[in-house]
Amino acid sequence: MAVYSTNEFKSGLKVMLDNDPCAIIENEFVKPGKGQAFNRVKIRNLKTGRVIERTFKSGESLEGADVVDVEMQYLYNDGEFRHFMVQDTFEQYQADSKIVGDASQWLKDQDSCTVTLWNDSPLAVTPANFVELAIVETDPGVRGDTSGGGGKPAKLETGAVVRVPLFVQTGEVIKVDTRTSEYISRVKE
Amino acid sequence: MQTDWQPTCSVDLLHLRARVLGQIRGFFAGRGVLEVETPLLGQGIGTDPQLAFFSTRYESPPNQHTLFLQTSPEFAMKRLLAAGSGSIYQICKAFRNGESGRFHNPEFTLLEWYRLDFGLPQLMAEVDDLISLLFADYGLQATQRLSYQDVFRKHTGLDPLVFSYPEYCAYAVAEGLPEAVAICAGDAVLWQDFLFSHKVQPYLGDNALCMVYGYPACQSSLARISPENPRVAERVELFIKGVELGNGYYELTDAAEQARRFNDELSIRQQRNQPAVAKDGRLLAALSAGLPDCSGIAIGLDRLLMLLSASASITDVLSFPIHRA
Repeated sequence: MAVYSTNEFKSGLKVMLDNDPCAIIENEFVKPGKGQAFNRVKIRNLKTGRVIERTFKSGESLEGADVVDVEMQYLYNDGEFRHFMVQDTFEQYQADSKIVGDASQWLKDQDSCTVTLWNDSPLAVTPANFVELAIVETDPGVRGDTSGGGGKPAKLETGAVVRVPLFVQTGEVIKVDTRTSEYISRVKE
Repeated sequence: MQTDWQPTCSVDLLHLRARVLGQIRGFFAGRGVLEVETPLLGQGIGTDPQLAFFSTRYESPPNQHTLFLQTSPEFAMKRLLAAGSGSIYQICKAFRNGESGRFHNPEFTLLEWYRLDFGLPQLMAEVDDLISLLFADYGLQATQRLSYQDVFRKHTGLDPLVFSYPEYCAYAVAEGLPEAVAICAGDAVLWQDFLFSHKVQPYLGDNALCMVYGYPACQSSLARISPENPRVAERVELFIKGVELGNGYYELTDAAEQARRFNDELSIRQQRNQPAVAKDGRLLAALSAGLPDCSGIAIGLDRLLMLLSASASITDVLSFPIHRA
């Protein structure tokens, strides 16, 4: 794997730090007029999701991490693992709940999502930004009730709970932004 | 077609820069300080191991010479002072290789000036006057004057003049900067740079000019060591809103001491496998001939413009930063 110097620490670069794959978020060059140059780097540990700050002496380098984002189709959950497939190659991957994390509440069979692979093993799963899911449970809206405007909770087929407007009913399919868990619109079947 | 032909700064910024240059020239004209020019391309260069330079070849067949783009006009200006110029100032480009970031561009603009018979306190008073003029409409708070030791202690609890490895390490670890231990090891100056950059500087000059004086003697650079306290140098740095703006000295005039410091820096360059440079013999000769008693300071004009325009990046105040130059 290539080695990257502090000058090359651009946002999005994947590197190995403390034996974990990480992504550079921000890199600030810090140098007193008469003094040592440092790079103050904000970096996300891709295994834990934690963001840390770390300073490097300018010119230090880190090994690149073999991390790639691959578009895959979510297949099914066998109870222990969730299974994904690359549609072009039919190559399959499995990931446990620790890796899938919060993404699980948005994953519907056959939907596509992004699986981050580190050395060809799943590291994280990111659902599509927008998903269309059916409501399996929500209170019937009271006609004419315009109070609050905050809507009501609705449980979706994948398990996620989002707030929806009062007029939306059980059985309807809605579009949701998975990054904010916000209701976007109803979807006409 | 390339789309990056356009400047990265706004037309307003071009006007601001022109206005500030006019104000500075008016300020020094009113005080009888002479504007000068010195070469950007020179045969000599500073030995400071922290400053990387650009070099180029001068073709003069059958000969070739290496010339250096100046990292600051300091040496040439001191030669003018030794030649009897009187107090002088210059607005010029300076070049520092490898320095690029939110506050750095490898080519940048400096205002540098020298005042005969000024000690550091008089120079600081003049800086205060200039900054007050340039920031007249910005409602800066009263200027702060703090010693390096006091300000370092205030923000870290550590004494910068007495290096205690265990105390420094314990502090770094407690502050979530354990990497400092590996980076700085037993190097007191490196520790000072690291902790000052991370834990002190960001808090200096919150909407005010903050002048930090009395730098540790090990960071004396081209400043005199204080006669009253040999642990500190007669050096001052300027900060506004956590941004380092300038660096000034009660200038070292002792040629032998200067040659010694050059030698020290050259041996550090050698240890670090940095490009070898020759001591600037003409500067040393000028010091031997006699540099008048003076203080001098350099201010980064691009950063000053960043502060005046509340810009987040130096590219917002430059016409064409290095990636578009």
